[in-house]
Amino acid sequence: MKPFDVVVVGAGIVGCAVARECAQIGWRVAVVEGGVLGGGATAAGMGHVVAMDDSPAQLALTAFSRSLWGGEALPPSAEYESCGTIWVAADDEEMAEVESKLRLYEQAGIEARVLASEALAAAEPNLRAGLSGGLLVPGDSVIYPPAAAGFFLDEARRLGAEIFLARALSAAQGHVMLSGGLRLDAARIVLAVGTHCDLLPALPIQGRKGHLVITDRYPGFVRHQLVELGYLKSAHRVAEDSVAFNVQPRRTGQLLLGSSRQFGSDDPAIEARILERMIARATEYMPGLKHLSSLRVWTGFRAATPDKLPLIGPATGLSNDPTLWLAAGFEGLGITNSLGAARLLVDAMAGRRSAIDPTPYRPARLLEPARLAHA
Amino acid sequence: MPETLAITINGSASRVAHGTTVAAAMMIAGQPTRVSVAGEPRSALCGMGICFECRAVVDGIPHRRTCQIFCQPGMVVETNP
Amino acid sequence: MTRAQVLVVGAGPAGIAAATAAAENGCSVLLLDDNHSAGGQIWRAATVHERSSAAGKDTAKNLALDRLRQSGAQVLGGRAVFNADAVTGTVQALRESELGSVAETLPFEKLILATGARERFLPFPGWTLPGVFGAGGLQALVRGGFPVAGKRVVVAGTGPLLLAVAAHLAEDGARVASVVEQAPLARLLPFAASLWSSPAKLVQGAGYGTRLWNSPYRTGCWVTEAIPASDGRGLRAVRITDGRSSWDEPCDLLAYGYHLVPNTELAQLLGCTLRGSFVEVDATQRTSQPNVYCAGEPTGIAGLDAALVQGEIAGLACAGRPIGHLFERAARERGFGERLEKAFALRAELRSLPCEQTIVCRCEDVAFGRLRGRTGWTDTKLQTRCGMGPCQGRICGPAIEFLLGWKPVSVRQPIFPVPLQALCSHPESEALALNK
Repeated sequence: MKPFDVVVVGAGIVGCAVARECAQIGWRVAVVEGGVLGGGATAAGMGHVVAMDDSPAQLALTAFSRSLWGGEALPPSAEYESCGTIWVAADDEEMAEVESKLRLYEQAGIEARVLASEALAAAEPNLRAGLSGGLLVPGDSVIYPPAAAGFFLDEARRLGAEIFLARALSAAQGHVMLSGGLRLDAARIVLAVGTHCDLLPALPIQGRKGHLVITDRYPGFVRHQLVELGYLKSAHRVAEDSVAFNVQPRRTGQLLLGSSRQFGSDDPAIEARILERMIARATEYMPGLKHLSSLRVWTGFRAATPDKLPLIGPATGLSNDPTLWLAAGFEGLGITNSLGAARLLVDAMAGRRSAIDPTPYRPARLLEPARLAHA
Repeated sequence: MPETLAITINGSASRVAHGTTVAAAMMIAGQPTRVSVAGEPRSALCGMGICFECRAVVDGIPHRRTCQIFCQPGMVVETNP
Repeated sequence: MTRAQVLVVGAGPAGIAAATAAAENGCSVLLLDDNHSAGGQIWRAATVHERSSAAGKDTAKNLALDRLRQSGAQVLGGRAVFNADAVTGTVQALRESELGSVAETLPFEKLILATGARERFLPFPGWTLPGVFGAGGLQALVRGGFPVAGKRVVVAGTGPLLLAVAAHLAEDGARVASVVEQAPLARLLPFAASLWSSPAKLVQGAGYGTRLWNSPYRTGCWVTEAIPASDGRGLRAVRITDGRSSWDEPCDLLAYGYHLVPNTELAQLLGCTLRGSFVEVDATQRTSQPNVYCAGEPTGIAGLDAALVQGEIAGLACAGRPIGHLFERAARERGFGERLEKAFALRAELRSLPCEQTIVCRCEDVAFGRLRGRTGWTDTKLQTRCGMGPCQGRICGPAIEFLLGWKPVSVRQPIFPVPLQALCSHPESEALALNK
């Protein structure tokens, strides 16, 4: 088999976006997926495209990615809705956080507007009375990620990319061995593997389990993606299990309800205790939720890095292998950042200038011998 | 000898025998229980609470499986949108 | 709630037999069913005055219900079990009350699953039209008050259920235009001959025969299309083929079903091993989970008598009573089940029934053509939403398994839709509280 310019391991939304980006510059692309195309965390999570301000680098990447999403001509199956996000403040203390959040967004050129208590109630009548208000970010949107991933992959396929439905048993020095015996040769190997790190044990990625519930159709019950301000505190916890109010309206009229975060678990079984806490938290903000019919409950695993920023770029520092590149560790922002990461990664591989500073996401930043377990 | 009771289906009054399920009442009235995703009128298929085609709005609450619900006097029933 | 020694899920014939046997032998027994009265599907209680006196004449059913009432078993209707845990020994059931839906956690020492079976529906052009019902489905709707008197009905599909349904519909005043059975006569005759060894079943068959003497029973035929009436309220006709020629049979309603598939969701949730599509049990009806038993259709589609003897075995086994005297009967009924499966196996032509536009997933309106090129269930669910609706794949799953060979994926709680607040009653905490 002729060598490829790049082999992308993993056909979640990040791998699919990378494959498309590579195919668009005329490279010979192979995509390897041992499970379901558009599966993994891509299938499990909420498709929330959101500007996230937990650090300047995260804000820059999500803002950049969000603008790329805005330029996509997605098919109807991707269910793209620019419904916006409302960050909900329960009390005055959280309203103060809303004000500082607004300033950060304004500086980054992201449109946002403070909603006082009455305006919040008007925007979302099913939220309970007595909330202090919120921050509306109209440029955020929601999508159905497996369809978006499928769309990117179809485009890559149309431009000549080849898909191998097989597990990658090893990926190093320009060779990817597949289950079934086939070997792919490439100048570059991109690992876009979610929480499956066996190909590069040095990857400092930990799975963070989340639970989700989807309801039957209740059109208009929720109009924006609603996230409590405490979400960021929950996302930053490193030790305890935590839950936060996070509900998304789907185009079908169904509601997707999250969110929970757990460490140190790789068991996909549903945990009644966490589920109960998550639903209880949600019904504190939106009492009417408790009567809605829930169709399905499931779990997924986010890929988390030590500093909460993804790994985008050459694997230097984690590996001596010059052919290895990473698009990994997106935690809860894989959907949003898939497009920005694909662009930045291919910029680095092709020697193009990037639209934003790529250094905060370079894997080498984590090169601290005391913290790493080398392969 | 069966007694009848009055319910409302999509705004029109209906009289049915006691012990009639809401699904049967809607079928007698010629009204679909629900409208499918693509807009087709649907009624009960399995009759045993499994297929969910018999879903209708009963007393304001949507997605109620009407093949499992008995008509009560004054019930307000509408086709599930 | 106190811990039942034996908790039985499903009050059809198997559940009734199991609960009766365990209670008569001194166990504290709780029998749950999501319907308001016991009986399941085959012994479904008519809630509207039944035209025929057949129900009154069903002595087997009445005897069983009387015995259940006297056994001391506690029967709770309106309880839909949506979750179960073999480790904590609890089930969670949803109950409708004036306050809305309430979730209850019910602990058990031993659990007997008698969750029965449901009809298999194979999609064909027009199957979503008004006027098309399941065979058992139409019978259930008639029992719930839908009048069929004077209506022309075609009963089609496969299985002995078709005859039972046709006979009951005829009693209810319907004009049964014909019974259309896909199995060829060559396969049915040996099956009918084997009934000689089961006098009770013969009597049943003769009973149907006298009620249907006016309605042709066509074998080796199947319905390929349902044609709507001009007023959109029912059918004008169905198209029937014998594989060589086709003809239209005028009718108002179609009652159809392609035999039965077992309700194994609860068993799978509990971690019970399956053999093929059925729950694997030993001679005592015990599953791979030590405190969980299973009786009736979920262990193999074998009809009423199999359900009764298996239920009795499970109940006696849970009560620690001898069961050996029932093995011969159980083996005989298992044999009947195997002959049933052989006789009514689905012919390959049925795979060509749906066309590209035929809806396969009714919940999400996914057409058959959209499944082309998909690699399996998970891929299909993700990319087309097929199987992601409220029926949780119970209707489209068996159809797609037959059409494309895909086995369904693992089961999670809740095994049917429940209000969000029902997911909040935590079995572990409640079970612990009970033990204090």
